[in-house]
Amino acid sequence: MSAVTARNLPRRRARLALPVSVMVALVVVAIMLFAAFAAPLIAPTDPTDVGKFDLMSSELPPAFMPDGDPRYLLGTDNQGRDLFSAILYGARISILIGGGAVLVAATLGVTLGLMAGFFGGFVDALIMRIGDVILSLPTILLALLVSGLARAISPEAATAQWAPIILIGAIAINEWVQYARTVRAATMVEASKDYVRAARVIGYSPIRIMLRHILPNVMSPVMVIATINLAAAMLTEATLSFLGVGMPPTYPSLGTLIRIGNEFVFSGIWWIATFPALVLVVLVLAVNIVGDWLRDRFNPKLTRR
Amino acid sequence: MIAAIGSRLMQAVLVMLAVTAIAFVMFRYVGDPVAMMSREDATPAEKAELRSSLGLDRPVLVQYGGFVTRVLRGDLGNSFRNQRPVVELLAERLPATLELVLVATLLALAVGLPLGVFCALKPDGAIARAIQTLSLVGISMPTFVTGIALILVFSVTLRWLPSFGRGDVVHVGGWTTGFLTWTGLTSLILPAITLALYQLTLIMRLVRAEMIDVLSSDYIRFAKARGLPAHYINFRLALRNALMPVVTVTGLQIGSLIAFAIVTETVFQWPGMGLLFIQAVSFADVPVMAAYLLFVGFLFVVINMAVDVIYALIDPRLRARST
Repeated sequence: MSAVTARNLPRRRARLALPVSVMVALVVVAIMLFAAFAAPLIAPTDPTDVGKFDLMSSELPPAFMPDGDPRYLLGTDNQGRDLFSAILYGARISILIGGGAVLVAATLGVTLGLMAGFFGGFVDALIMRIGDVILSLPTILLALLVSGLARAISPEAATAQWAPIILIGAIAINEWVQYARTVRAATMVEASKDYVRAARVIGYSPIRIMLRHILPNVMSPVMVIATINLAAAMLTEATLSFLGVGMPPTYPSLGTLIRIGNEFVFSGIWWIATFPALVLVVLVLAVNIVGDWLRDRFNPKLTRR
Repeated sequence: MIAAIGSRLMQAVLVMLAVTAIAFVMFRYVGDPVAMMSREDATPAEKAELRSSLGLDRPVLVQYGGFVTRVLRGDLGNSFRNQRPVVELLAERLPATLELVLVATLLALAVGLPLGVFCALKPDGAIARAIQTLSLVGISMPTFVTGIALILVFSVTLRWLPSFGRGDVVHVGGWTTGFLTWTGLTSLILPAITLALYQLTLIMRLVRAEMIDVLSSDYIRFAKARGLPAHYINFRLALRNALMPVVTVTGLQIGSLIAFAIVTETVFQWPGMGLLFIQAVSFADVPVMAAYLLFVGFLFVVINMAVDVIYALIDPRLRARST
């Protein structure tokens, strides 16, 4: 953020006039981030501790309902797990996987984009054609394939330790292309400027020129793309978990919780699916609002998708 | 012009080769086909014989060539799970998915277009702003959440509409259709709305942005200065030009709709290709996964290319840009 604002000095005064919706969205994001990361402190129970599950108190309605139990604010799931705690922990997993995917995709995309823009020729053609192929397949299909293949190769893919890594990989493989394209275009512009030519004449290595000279000048659009992609990444994670190829029920993300709840919707047990879904939608919506605003503010020319 | 189409064709072939390569690697290296096909107590000699009869001892490129030939002949092997030819399984499921996607696309266009035009004509009106805000909510709603919400309201609470399956279907030639029965039609409503919703918001936002763009261009201002009637300017002059990108995006999106149908089909237990695929993923049924990938990849590439070519034919300005 600070890097972005520093390079947009004339806009600084305008930034003070935040639209109300963006302010609300920022507050929501802040509250959710805090709640998710302080989950072990806030949550009444540990939803991953199978030993503490009490089948006697399974499928209890939320505390404000007639049959509700005051110990379980949002009710319990089919295994007697406190839903409020599960949502706090689940949101943390969703945010961590979404953030991880954005980080991996951005690192990969910026690196490849820098290389493509700087070296041109064969390197450029190879990286960009791979990107074309990836973009020409639907995101969700590619992500499903990656996680499906990981499962076919090793059964451990479905376990709690490996699932987040596979999810991050499955999401990042789709999203690096956008960073690479943007950075490549910016790098090509920068590479022909005098300061880069001077650095070349001095005899700096290509790696040093790319990292020390070009990279700082092509980073601002990356921040905007990252915010927008965070929302998309969390949605993809939730979708994969909902489809049963994401986080396992023993260590549920928001998507897994909705998957569990979906099986009980017909028996009138609506709360298991509804509360996690509500949290997910509000979280993604808030991030989307912030991302939309950032894009309009700092980078009006960035293509709308 | 021809060069542009040619390079587009080249790219399509490249994508298809990449997709078949992934499918080939899946068939060949994910799970050992010999172990899958031989008895448990087979001797090493028997296994070696099977290996060579399957051609697995030949060079990889030769095997890949053989694989491509078999794919072109329509032979995609048998499903590990229920031992039936994969092509047969896919063909059975194809009508359900295509009908769902078709209805969803029509629905998205029928609602999204007028809403987008309305928002563009009165961009600062209260209703337009409300719609605009709602559309951001629509984009942030995952498909499966929409589906579950619809089921909760219309199936569980109100009991108006069925929430799973296709209802009764009628066989017409090799095709099964749900369009001709009452249960078939009512079963289609909720899944179609679910699948259409994301598409709808996308079309609406696009139409609005394009319309606003066109409305501020010079020829519209001249038309206004000439005193042409507002409906003529808005619908005959502006909308026509704003529709160009909408055609493309809608076309391109049909491919992703087929992929997105995976989620909708899971929520509503709709017996289409997506449900088949997701079951294959959870059972690690590689031939079905690979065949689905090949098929959807192929559809996607054909649709993308057709849209690009048609677009270049209609709009001369784009010929230079399409590289």
